[in-house]
Amino acid sequence: MSQKDPFLVIENVSLAFGGVKALTDVSFSVNKGEVFSIIGPNGAGKTSMLNCISGRYHPGNGSIRFKDKELINLKPNERSVLGVGRTFQNLALFGHMSVLDNIMVGRHHLLDNNFATGPLYWFSSAQKEELNHRREVEDIIDFLEISHIRKKQAGTLSYGLRKRVELARAIALKPDLILLDEPMAGMNQEEKEDMSRFILDLNEEFGMTVVMIEHDMGVVMGISNRVMVLDFGRKIAEGLPDEIMANEHVKKAYLGEEDELLMEEA
Amino acid sequence: MITLSMRPCGDFRTTYKADTRIFETRFILLLTIMTVVALCFAPLFLDAYYLTLFIQVSYLGIAALGLNILVGFTGQISLGHGAFFGFGAFASAWISNSFAIPVWLSIPLAGVLTMAVGMMFGLPAARIKGLYLAIATLSAQFIIEDFFARADWFSGGSYGAAADPVSLFGMDFDSDQSFFYIALFALVFMYLWGTNLMRSRDGRAFVAVRDHYLSAEIMGINLTWYRLLSFGVSSFYAGIGGALYGHYLGFVSAEGFTLMMSVQFLAMIIIGGLGSVQGALLGTIFIVLLPEVLEATVSLIGSTGLMDAGTLVENLAYFKEMAVGLVIILFLIFEPDGLAHRWKQIKSYWKFYPFAY
Repeated sequence: MSQKDPFLVIENVSLAFGGVKALTDVSFSVNKGEVFSIIGPNGAGKTSMLNCISGRYHPGNGSIRFKDKELINLKPNERSVLGVGRTFQNLALFGHMSVLDNIMVGRHHLLDNNFATGPLYWFSSAQKEELNHRREVEDIIDFLEISHIRKKQAGTLSYGLRKRVELARAIALKPDLILLDEPMAGMNQEEKEDMSRFILDLNEEFGMTVVMIEHDMGVVMGISNRVMVLDFGRKIAEGLPDEIMANEHVKKAYLGEEDELLMEEA
Repeated sequence: MITLSMRPCGDFRTTYKADTRIFETRFILLLTIMTVVALCFAPLFLDAYYLTLFIQVSYLGIAALGLNILVGFTGQISLGHGAFFGFGAFASAWISNSFAIPVWLSIPLAGVLTMAVGMMFGLPAARIKGLYLAIATLSAQFIIEDFFARADWFSGGSYGAAADPVSLFGMDFDSDQSFFYIALFALVFMYLWGTNLMRSRDGRAFVAVRDHYLSAEIMGINLTWYRLLSFGVSSFYAGIGGALYGHYLGFVSAEGFTLMMSVQFLAMIIIGGLGSVQGALLGTIFIVLLPEVLEATVSLIGSTGLMDAGTLVENLAYFKEMAVGLVIILFLIFEPDGLAHRWKQIKSYWKFYPFAY
């Protein structure tokens, strides 16, 4: 499905922090319905790239177009309304809220009740609305298999579960594009397998386009449609997983030639 | 965690509606309703002294809940809550005196006006946080206090302003017995309002902003608006509390709304429990009763003749201030989560007795 339906188009994005160039003229595009992975060594600018898309950072120049809308001057909260959801590399859950409330926060822009109508709970449509969204949130909870912890405080959960709750929260936004920042970091093999399955389901059943940063090459090569490689803030390769595996630059920059055996094993 | 459900065995919930109830079991709901009904008969039996205490708890408790929404739920800080409380008192008197608007309407209007003023002073919160925000709100405290002293048209300057009693259906609520009902209604109404706010969209947004503002923004929450709104809602509560205070006393003078009062509100929510609706009420009850208990203790010591009661009574005012300070320190050390948390622990102790957890 490559080059058919450009959904997210990034052109010449550069980002600098003082003298440090985090990103230099990066351009790529993601098609609708794709699983697109970004890989690269530490400090290559992968997370900076996601932050530019989700609105944490404002790149110095370049353009980020999503569904033919220019995102570059929008605030993060305005981008999420357009349908960009994301998870974080270092967990960013609302630690003192229950898992359920965390996910309900994801419904924020889909809910209508506010500080005046919300408190009139029984007399406005707030209760009905909250319960309808609760139903949809429960579907997400079912899908991610976290129903046993829905009433637990998010900050008390184990790492793998927290990652899953964060994914649930991002799904609750009903995004068209979901950005996953190292969804499998720190997970064991079983959790990784679960997570891979969730990501594929997201992509195939919910029709979300996925942009993912991941270090586990087995996962990246296994579930991505296309892969982009960053090194020192520059794009050094982009293509099908097999092409990337064979690319000389990539081997030198990141994969390490002598590790080739290990890689194929994974 | 003790935040786990405290439901009795066999209470299975089969609808989402049942799962979002304020009162977890029918028993607690019934108990609460019975308490409110019992309170309705209180003026028939209780001494005016106790009624005064209840009315005090009610108007201070409403304002304290407002501060808890700002500090406990949204994670901001305000040192100007006392001034907003005073602004509500003056605003309601001003609205009802100058525009001949009935008092029952001027109280909510005063709340809305205080909300607007609070949002104006909350503007710095869009940019700064922590200690810097504390200083910015401290300036609000002094600016508003100064405004009371100078704006004769609004507050009557150094003379103060007269506030008419609430009058409904041709009845004046000017005694402790009658105002008690106004206070009770306002208390129940504002606390239900607060509870419902916290379980609907904007309440969750407040907590999200407190817990992780970066990811809250990614979740589609407009940080600037919610920080401002939090100041607005908090000032609204302060304004309602202040207006009740004014119409209860019948007279508002500028002296009372000092920094000390703001700190006292902070003490209430720290003692009661930051980020808990019922905590705000518990903390208020604690702070209101503390000096009364002290006074009773002093007179008890005096009656035993062990100490010179005269000196004790003379210094009672100092004791009271010291006691508030001491209690805050003790709470910060031993129960930083406040009375609300302690209450949960007591409940879980009952439930799991004789096991420790």
